Amino acid sequence: MTLDYKSATEKFEPTLGLEVHVELNTNSKMFCSCATEFGASPNTQTCPVCLGLPGALPVVNGKAIESTILIGLALNCSIAPYSRFARKNYFYPDMPKNFQTSQYDEPICVDGYLDVEIETEDGPKTFRVDIERVHMEEDTGKSLHVGGATGRIHGAEYSLLDYNRAGIPLVEIVTRIIPGTGKYAPQVARAYVTQLRDILRALGVSDVKMEQGSLRCDANVSLAPIGSGILGTRSETKNVNSLRSVERALTGEIERQANRLEAGERIIQETRHFLEESGLTRPGRSKEQAEDYRYFPEPDLVPVTPDAKWIEELRAKLPENPADRRKRLQKEWNVPDAEMTSLINAELMDVVEETIKLGAEPTRARTWWLGEISRLANEKEVAPTSLITTAFVAEIIALISSGDLTDKLARQVVEGVVSGEGSPAEVIEKRGLKVVSDDSALMVAIEAAIAAQPDTAERIRGGNIPAVGALIGAVMKATGGQADAAKVRELLLRHLGQG
Amino acid sequence: MAAISRDDVAHLAKLARVEMTPDELDHMAVELEQILGAVKRVQEVATADIPPTSHPLSMSNIFRDDVVKPSLTNEEALSGAPAKAEDRFKVPQILGEE
Repeated sequence: MTLDYKSATEKFEPTLGLEVHVELNTNSKMFCSCATEFGASPNTQTCPVCLGLPGALPVVNGKAIESTILIGLALNCSIAPYSRFARKNYFYPDMPKNFQTSQYDEPICVDGYLDVEIETEDGPKTFRVDIERVHMEEDTGKSLHVGGATGRIHGAEYSLLDYNRAGIPLVEIVTRIIPGTGKYAPQVARAYVTQLRDILRALGVSDVKMEQGSLRCDANVSLAPIGSGILGTRSETKNVNSLRSVERALTGEIERQANRLEAGERIIQETRHFLEESGLTRPGRSKEQAEDYRYFPEPDLVPVTPDAKWIEELRAKLPENPADRRKRLQKEWNVPDAEMTSLINAELMDVVEETIKLGAEPTRARTWWLGEISRLANEKEVAPTSLITTAFVAEIIALISSGDLTDKLARQVVEGVVSGEGSPAEVIEKRGLKVVSDDSALMVAIEAAIAAQPDTAERIRGGNIPAVGALIGAVMKATGGQADAAKVRELLLRHLGQG
Repeated sequence: MAAISRDDVAHLAKLARVEMTPDELDHMAVELEQILGAVKRVQEVATADIPPTSHPLSMSNIFRDDVVKPSLTNEEALSGAPAKAEDRFKVPQILGEE
């Protein structure tokens, strides 16, 4: 009998541990001045330092240290007054030096936490994820395995190495074990990585693109019988390249481990690879033990000793926590949960905030970005923000609020701006899109409509208010849709003695 | 310090991806033992009031500005490579690892 996820988590208690690697978005590499551009042609961003040529001397990128301290501060860590780099020795062609410059027992940031909120059956619940350390290291080169049927190492004839990525600053954020999540372990992991990504993005220290590998998550999980109080043997799942995969990989791994344990088998401590297509994991390389890396302090680099003044200067630069900001804006704008979620998923919160800052009325700012502009963007398969500036949207909304544009006219203005006809003012001018608000001009159309439908007019005079719709339609038609329908209704009713 | 065993040498050889014959393992165990013995003498003079050192100069916070400087060209980068293909370094198949 196989256990499904539900029964697996009824019998076993999962314990999580997450390691997130973030490539910083510095212009140059961690220990040399090579560019860090993604997608450059192979081995065009290398030098004696990142190729590990004899005699080359590394020098630390100050910006990378600042970014790491910022990350530590945003995660409520203490910043170590003294930290050092260490050599992590291993022989593998992704590092031409035969060691990776990393940090071992003296990381830059320690002892932080991040509170993450998830939806549970009993409503929203907050889990505190303790951060053990945030340390600096360098990324490795990229290998391409040639030959063999599957493109995997097994059966490959040889491997090709591109060292453009080798030496790009990498920050590793390691949690302590996260107990007590129960069946919500996969969701807590996903929420943690999501929130971490939002924080890193707000800090502006990384591109945080999981699909390009600038944010990578290794998920550790172990199981123990519920209530046993023991800690099981863990596996580490790599190759998890999206937020959704974080959740899927852990769900699959918890099921796999539960079924092994249920069958009386042992869990092997190993690295596993997540398979995107199936949602399963398969064993990867057997991991070397920490002592096998023969860490020792890097003799070519001097210690990092940030003083309190520097740390406080950086602390003053911290942006508002994205989760707090979201809650604050939702309250300020008075938005229902579902719509706020749509805004966030569509990545439109920032532009809506900017549009409102430019004077637009909050509800209109939201509806226009989520509605018409998103619709046009969908049609053209581009991002809404690439179609129109926040300043133009704010300008159009101001004209709606002042009554100079109806929603219908405003849609034409947006469409004109999007098709490159110029600013809203220019589109209005060229297309002649002003609302006909001149009462006397409207009255001409109203008189004409009444004259054309005397019976309808009579019914309205007799108290049949809904009949006014037919006359409004006629006036709107006569003015080419450029009249404000509410205004026409008001004038018509007043003219027929019902106002 | 514990003596270097033949198994220790075999383990180190595996980590270093070096293939060694049984004779070489025996030989190397003796040699490493001697090297460690020599280095061990440092411990005799190291006392609690001398902190371990990782750098000869007592400096800290030596940073570069985050400015890009020209890299080697692809040809220069690969000029010392024993083998190359498709603008990349070509290395023998990597066995038993992933």
